[in-house]
Amino acid sequence: MGDWAGYLTLILGGAWVTVKLTILGSALALVVAFVAGLGRLSRRAALRWTATAYIEFFRGTSIFVQLFWIYFVLPLTGVQLSPLQAGVMALGLNVGAYGAEVVRGAILAVPRDQYEACTAVNLTRFQRMRHVILPQALPLMLPTFGNNAIELLKATSVVSLISLADMTFQAQVVRSQTGNTLIPFAMILLIYFALSSIISFAIRRYERRVTRGLDGVR
Amino acid sequence: MEWDWEFAWSILPQLLQGFAITLVATALGAAVAAVLGLVFAILRRSRNRPVARATGFVVEFIRGTPLLVQLYVIFYVLPDLGIRLPALAAGVIGMGLHYATYAAEVYRGGIEAVARGQWEAAKATNLTARQTWIHVILPQAVPPMIPAMANYLLAMFKETPLLSAITVLELMNQAKSVANSSYRYVEPMTMVGVMFLAVSVVSVIGLRWLERRYGRIGG
Repeated sequence: MGDWAGYLTLILGGAWVTVKLTILGSALALVVAFVAGLGRLSRRAALRWTATAYIEFFRGTSIFVQLFWIYFVLPLTGVQLSPLQAGVMALGLNVGAYGAEVVRGAILAVPRDQYEACTAVNLTRFQRMRHVILPQALPLMLPTFGNNAIELLKATSVVSLISLADMTFQAQVVRSQTGNTLIPFAMILLIYFALSSIISFAIRRYERRVTRGLDGVR
Repeated sequence: MEWDWEFAWSILPQLLQGFAITLVATALGAAVAAVLGLVFAILRRSRNRPVARATGFVVEFIRGTPLLVQLYVIFYVLPDLGIRLPALAAGVIGMGLHYATYAAEVYRGGIEAVARGQWEAAKATNLTARQTWIHVILPQAVPPMIPAMANYLLAMFKETPLLSAITVLELMNQAKSVANSSYRYVEPMTMVGVMFLAVSVVSVIGLRWLERRYGRIGG
């Protein structure tokens, strides 16, 4: 039974991989969400179509299929990715597609008169987006972004299936070595729950910060 | 690596066999989710404080942890406690339980979206609780729920490949076994992707129609 300390470090090491995947995946998803979300609102038809195709494709298939495709099929075309890179890429592109719809929805939710006011005071398109539209759209996006980040955290468990040693993978290792099923799985469930609670807490804090001063507006 | 049509054609029957299991798992999982979701929603509205809070916590916990790990718990931990389930049953229960927590939110949203005045009017006209629910609340609460429910049904369909991790022979697992025995990944993996994409593109069109027909609640 003295091995339990070793198994504990194994699972905590896996937890660190899970955290890394979540942070890197979320960062990629955030960038992709804004690029694709703004792309769908672009004046150029080609850009709009590309963004739409990307969004529909990644929302239409599951993260699991995408991950396997990136990990097993992409190398055959000469793109060699480590499991971590494949994981981050699949998570970021998948959740980014959902995020893009959030970005688009929030921007469209800013009332028309805001746009007209910008025209009236002669702002450029960039100034309008940067100083008027986005500051009002961001608070609308945050709650859903928080949910998306939690979905991303949950989806990281799937990378264990391409033998990336995340928390779920390590729990399986502990299970097969000790024959004990309850303890490793109960433990990682608690850690996942703690992590998702941290995310939702952080998003609520941040939400309060960005909505400060918007009371009269909404 | 080139695409081989002949090979793709030869593995199609095996993939379709898996696809049938995928559909069965989705349908059964959806049924479990719809019923359990209603139970969660009702318990959460319970006037008994501890019951409502405990349900709230269970729902939050299930929503905050990965489906894959929950499937492992049902498939690997329960047998140690004396409950042995076939893989498909474990998968259906796991998916149903996970999505029930999402369905519960939809039920709650739909019920809360019914204006307070409706409850008051029902009381004023002396309807019983049963009559209030059946004739006043549900007819107004259910239609806006339909698009949201359909959305989660689609989400659940897309998550069925996770069942391959607990040895259910659904589409993804069939594709993996083809890939492992023939050492060809391109065709099976791409075909799985195309099948999922085909179903969800058609479903998204159906979903847009449902949204136009019944309106939508809360995104």
